[in-house]
Amino acid sequence: MNYNVDDKGYYGDFGGAYIPEMLYPNVEELRTQYLTITSQEDFKKEFDSLLKEYVGRPTPLYFANRLSEKYNTKIYLKREDLCHTGAHKVNNTIGQILLAKRLGKKRIIAETGAGQHGVATATVCALMGIECVVYMGALDIKRQAPNVARMKMLGAEVRAAQSGSKTLKDATNEAIRDWINNPVDTHYIIGSVVGPHPYPDMVARFQSVISAETKIQLEEKEGRDYPDYVIACVGGGSNAAGLFYHYLNDTRVNIIAVEAAGKGIDSGESAATSALGKEGIIHGSKTLLMQTEDGQITEPYSISAGLDYPGVGPMHAHLFRSKRAEFISIPDQEAMDWGLTLSQMEGIIPAIETAHAFAVLDVRRFKPNDIIVFNCSGRGDKDLATYIEYFKL
Amino acid sequence: MNRIDQKFKDGKTLLSIYFSAGHPALEDTVTILKSLQHTGVDMVEIGLPFSDPLADGPTIQESSTKALKNGMTTKKLFSQLEGVRQTISIPLILMGYFNPILQFGVEQFCSYCQKVGIDGLIIPDLPVDVYHEKYQSIFEQYGLYNMFLITPQTSEERIRFIDSVSKGFIYMVSSASVTGAKNSIGASQTSYFKRIANMQLQTPTVVGFGISNATTFSAATQYSRGAIIGSAFIQLLEEKGVEGIPDFIQSIRS
Repeated sequence: MNYNVDDKGYYGDFGGAYIPEMLYPNVEELRTQYLTITSQEDFKKEFDSLLKEYVGRPTPLYFANRLSEKYNTKIYLKREDLCHTGAHKVNNTIGQILLAKRLGKKRIIAETGAGQHGVATATVCALMGIECVVYMGALDIKRQAPNVARMKMLGAEVRAAQSGSKTLKDATNEAIRDWINNPVDTHYIIGSVVGPHPYPDMVARFQSVISAETKIQLEEKEGRDYPDYVIACVGGGSNAAGLFYHYLNDTRVNIIAVEAAGKGIDSGESAATSALGKEGIIHGSKTLLMQTEDGQITEPYSISAGLDYPGVGPMHAHLFRSKRAEFISIPDQEAMDWGLTLSQMEGIIPAIETAHAFAVLDVRRFKPNDIIVFNCSGRGDKDLATYIEYFKL
Repeated sequence: MNRIDQKFKDGKTLLSIYFSAGHPALEDTVTILKSLQHTGVDMVEIGLPFSDPLADGPTIQESSTKALKNGMTTKKLFSQLEGVRQTISIPLILMGYFNPILQFGVEQFCSYCQKVGIDGLIIPDLPVDVYHEKYQSIFEQYGLYNMFLITPQTSEERIRFIDSVSKGFIYMVSSASVTGAKNSIGASQTSYFKRIANMQLQTPTVVGFGISNATTFSAATQYSRGAIIGSAFIQLLEEKGVEGIPDFIQSIRS
């Protein structure tokens, strides 16, 4: 089975472009151009150079000594938290801003949940001197104040999405409406492997630098370029897509995707899409999503704003349905505890999103010789207020 | 003959109204339909509310949210529309996003539409290509027309393709915007309407988005067969309720 996108924009049953006609010209322009532009030599050169000089790539593949000892297995952390702006998100925004420039776009819009993608977008817009508007759920604006301030400092306008649950899904709706209203000069930088084709594939390609580097680094450290397990958290799923990308069709590698169970899968307050979702359409893509029997999209919940999304990228829906990946959901409490554990055992304060992934160590047994790569997708600075309140620090 | 075709045969300029089923009150659907028919409206788009209406501005988002809070569902709407053809003879179109239809089951949805006397559908996020490939035969089996949108940015080639698979009418979006965003018809829109009229399409065109009063209605219908009012009508229902309908419709026609 092939786990990459097919030529019609589908991953198995999932994907496609279910968009209103108003978006067709923009999405069609992207669809016909993204592969051509991104394979041009000058594009690749500029992209690689910015990732190296500006983002700080390659990020280390760090062998976590104490964790490995405690769990009696070999644990590596792909340190995306060390990227400029504090998470993997910037890999994609660098790629998309270069693409937008080549398409002649003068204005950038983006949605953001935790604020990491918003900051990464505002950053590349500042870098290129392009106008930037970021849509963010009103609730997220409250719980991610430092990132809101960062975006403002970087010169972006942050607009509050007041509809629905006032979180990521609604910010995405507002960004799409903005794109409908500004169809000519604006490029929409989607932050995850969601949305209409070609976005899921385009974003996955930009993030695939994560597994491209992992292969080289593992070869150096272990004498083989593949691990036994790759493990990453999934909201929309961009950091996971990046870590999985070059291993999708390598069945020696087990893939584990970690979703946010929130207060528990059956609590009614969860974001565990693979467990609770059904096939449907969200933000222009056919995928698994949480919805009522009547087809209304339900409001997800997670303590981490970046996993608080009722859908999952179509690539992940396909990995789930085809059983290529194992999906595990982790409740708030275990994720928060892992935020503390990783801090105190390795000296790395992770984003709460990222902390979810590590909790797999408590629910799965690994062999002493297993090589496990976790995507340490983001750092926890933005979550300090939540950590302070939760642990009464 | 499909009631939509029959309506266009009459030759007059069509006034069509959109409202969200279940708003302002859950059981208003048939009352609103009766009032619209009684005051001379030619055609109605009944909005199937959706939690995440991407192509809609704040007014329709809000009426959809209220309708859902009131308890509107696809099943509920079909039960309200049972027997509606005993009193309503104008064309009725269901307009909604694709996900609720997908969950209901596309074929089952079409069969319920046929049963209650729906003439056609407008599904903004079901692209013409996917429809053509996957669903057209099902829709046609149940005698349903599916209407597509075009915008000022739609290429001539794509308009020709849409024209070739369209029945009923083509929904001409007046400007690049979500619903309810703009309230005037200016020179650039008029030249776009003219450009489309000059293409001599086989399918009639009806203008929607940005039509709110007699002035915009008459500007929009100069080069098309009719126009659709949505957000402005919903605002009227918010402010004056169902009793406000006759005066509003009269003000458009004057």
